[in-house]
Amino acid sequence: MNKLLSDFTVGESGKIIKVGGEGRIRRRLFDMGVTPGAELTMRKKAPLGDPIEITLRGYELTLRKDEAACVEVELK
Amino acid sequence: MRTFALAGNPNCGKTTLFNALTGSSAHVGNWPGVTVDKREGVYKGAGENVAIVDLPGIYSLSPYTPEEVISRNYILDEKPDGIINIVDATNLERNLYLTTQILECDVPVIIALNMMDEVKKSGDKIDVKAIEKTLGVPVVEISALRKTGIKELMQRAVSMPKQRKGETVLKDALHKQLETACAYYEAEGVASPLFHAVKLLENDEIEVKRKGADKVLKSAAADVDMEAVIADERYKYISGSLAGAKVKAQKDVLTKSDKIDKVLTHRVWAIPIFIVILFFIFHLTFSENLFYLNGFTEGQAWMPSLVELGLATEEDGPNNFGVEILAIFYDGAVFSPGVILTNFLNLFLDHISDGVVTLMGNGGAAEWATGLVGDGILGGIFAVLGFLPQILVLFLFFSILEDTGYMARIAFVLDRIFRRFGLSGRAFMPMIMGFGCSVPAAINTRTLADEKERTATIRVIPFFSCGAKLPILTAVAGGIVMAFGVGNADVITFCMYLLGICTAVVCVLLMRNTTLKGETPPFIMELPTYHAPSFKNLMLHLWDKTKHFVKKAFTIIFASTIIIWLFSHLSWDWHYLPDEEMQNSIIASVGMLLQPVFTPLGFGSQLGQFGWVFAVAAITGLIAKENVIATFTTLSICIMAYAGEGTEEGVEELAGIIQLITADAGISQREFVAALIAFIAFNMTTIPCFAACATAKAELAKGKFKWTLLFWLAVSYIVSAMVYTIGAYIWPLAIWFVVIALVVTFIVLRNIGKFDIMKIFKRRKSK
Repeated sequence: MNKLLSDFTVGESGKIIKVGGEGRIRRRLFDMGVTPGAELTMRKKAPLGDPIEITLRGYELTLRKDEAACVEVELK
Repeated sequence: MRTFALAGNPNCGKTTLFNALTGSSAHVGNWPGVTVDKREGVYKGAGENVAIVDLPGIYSLSPYTPEEVISRNYILDEKPDGIINIVDATNLERNLYLTTQILECDVPVIIALNMMDEVKKSGDKIDVKAIEKTLGVPVVEISALRKTGIKELMQRAVSMPKQRKGETVLKDALHKQLETACAYYEAEGVASPLFHAVKLLENDEIEVKRKGADKVLKSAAADVDMEAVIADERYKYISGSLAGAKVKAQKDVLTKSDKIDKVLTHRVWAIPIFIVILFFIFHLTFSENLFYLNGFTEGQAWMPSLVELGLATEEDGPNNFGVEILAIFYDGAVFSPGVILTNFLNLFLDHISDGVVTLMGNGGAAEWATGLVGDGILGGIFAVLGFLPQILVLFLFFSILEDTGYMARIAFVLDRIFRRFGLSGRAFMPMIMGFGCSVPAAINTRTLADEKERTATIRVIPFFSCGAKLPILTAVAGGIVMAFGVGNADVITFCMYLLGICTAVVCVLLMRNTTLKGETPPFIMELPTYHAPSFKNLMLHLWDKTKHFVKKAFTIIFASTIIIWLFSHLSWDWHYLPDEEMQNSIIASVGMLLQPVFTPLGFGSQLGQFGWVFAVAAITGLIAKENVIATFTTLSICIMAYAGEGTEEGVEELAGIIQLITADAGISQREFVAALIAFIAFNMTTIPCFAACATAKAELAKGKFKWTLLFWLAVSYIVSAMVYTIGAYIWPLAIWFVVIALVVTFIVLRNIGKFDIMKIFKRRKSK
């Protein structure tokens, strides 16, 4: 099942299918290792619900839901 | 001398390695992006001297943040003799992503595999030889923190061949496209053609602008999403080649870092914990009633003061030297570490000052010379130096938060709030650094990719009261408490910090809705692993700060105290005036001339014949904020001599001058307290010191600086006018309320007029 990263609940993990968005944001996501094929796990939400923290390529990355909405993930 | 550049991801230990190599005390912190400008040093251990350049930490060589541009331009244009690419072994995959890009440049590269000790500790294994073979460049295991492997690293770096041709990991996947693009750059005669070719295929902002490049791009990469393909290929290569090189141990489900994180970023407790931590930091630095051992209010106080114990008298102070030492730690209440250190240094400085003055008196020095040295120079400088301990303690706490990695979590926790004001959680770091010093804070804004966000952040940084403004806060607050016996210096200080923060928030909101409108910048950030702060690093931080502060005390402040003393003891016809005739001095007449300007702020004409001191202090503060209190001390010693009050010392000078003015100008206590708080507010929010202005000018886009100066002036004037009028009379609150309502309505109406009203309505609905 495919799902946007922004809709993930804590603890879910999956494999990135597609990275949308444009220009800067997309480039930044790529540079931080958010590329198709990478596996990630949603770790937690910030106390105010946004941003979120994910584990990816062995490190912790935080991004906002707006940016996470650019990432399509195949649920594991 | 050959030059090697250090390049690597943010937070991979680059600056620690730089320090280990050059023995310098460059700033190090556990926050992605602390090094924001390149720094240079010399390594002397490799037979020949080698220049080392520390580049800012970057994730990629794409030109989207100022740091990336600095690093990229350095590697391509300055042509170093080699690049030492530091790779965090605990996070190989993402770190090697940058490596694959660096390898595309025509420059010798050596890889320093850092934090290998951590990897071994966790039980993982990395086959260094295998990585070396795959990448085709030397790889050396090091631990920058423990300084192991550094000698070997530098020896191998020095003995690398002088030339190296760029290599790419994309040659299999994108062979044809690269050939086309490379041919174009080779024909153009560009150095490192391979690097440029790959960047062009990535649709790189800079490369696409080149003449004829778009045609090449079109023919090479027709309709394919090359950006995604290239990023993907790089990572595929890395995971493919590492498959055999890295062996992961069976991991516990939760590492220590995870456990700490669970508490510190807890859904409910994260924000309360943060507030408690901030409170404790301020309490331990400033409180004169540690942990409220002596009760929360005056009524609960049970500890006897030294006078009550019969160990000291009101007139002569402590009975003997032993009591003097005791008074450092305790006088009616136990002091906090910050206060204890301050008392200790002040005791020392007082004895020096007294000694010098006595010596000069005995030696038969002229009255003016003793005055200049005792009151002018020593008085001013010591008043400022006396605050150094508290600044250092505060700075120490912030350094610990930064080093442990907690600062990055605060950005994570607070981002949601910052976004409301059109900033990202990243803007929090420069702002909190502003509590230490505006200069590094303004430089640190380079981690913000968005130009408008940067401008807004730089402009509000001075409102986060810096270490140099702290003396103004504590001295004036202390003066109020001592002179009127009202309030609590702790609470006043804390509230002033809050006022600064509120001012910053309002200003950011205002700017982001008027002159600096724009989309909220993205927030995509690494959260570093927690680790215990290194004692050595902390001491380096503090030493740096001390050096800076002492240097400032003995240069700028030294010069200005002398100038202030001279101008306050010279009349317009260049005659020496004794303390008693200071009213006729140059500085007094300038101050009196300017006094009416400050009347709406409470510290103008209504303060009577001595009120000009405040005007002069505010103006000297433009040179360095430490000057404000130095000026007070220098001037008040003289004024009180004139008024026949006898000289007092320490924070008491302010209390003395406050009492004097109250009696002289006949204003009510409430008006005066409001005026004094307005005075603090003015100094906190007005144009910062010379150094901060120069940095802001350098960091801001062209043409923005003069508006920024005007902005600071306007904000400080308005804020302190509000504080004074509301504090003194309450009823102006209504007027301010109406003015604010009008301004808000105007801005909202204007913004709505510019955008489609339906669009805003819809946006709100969709939220």
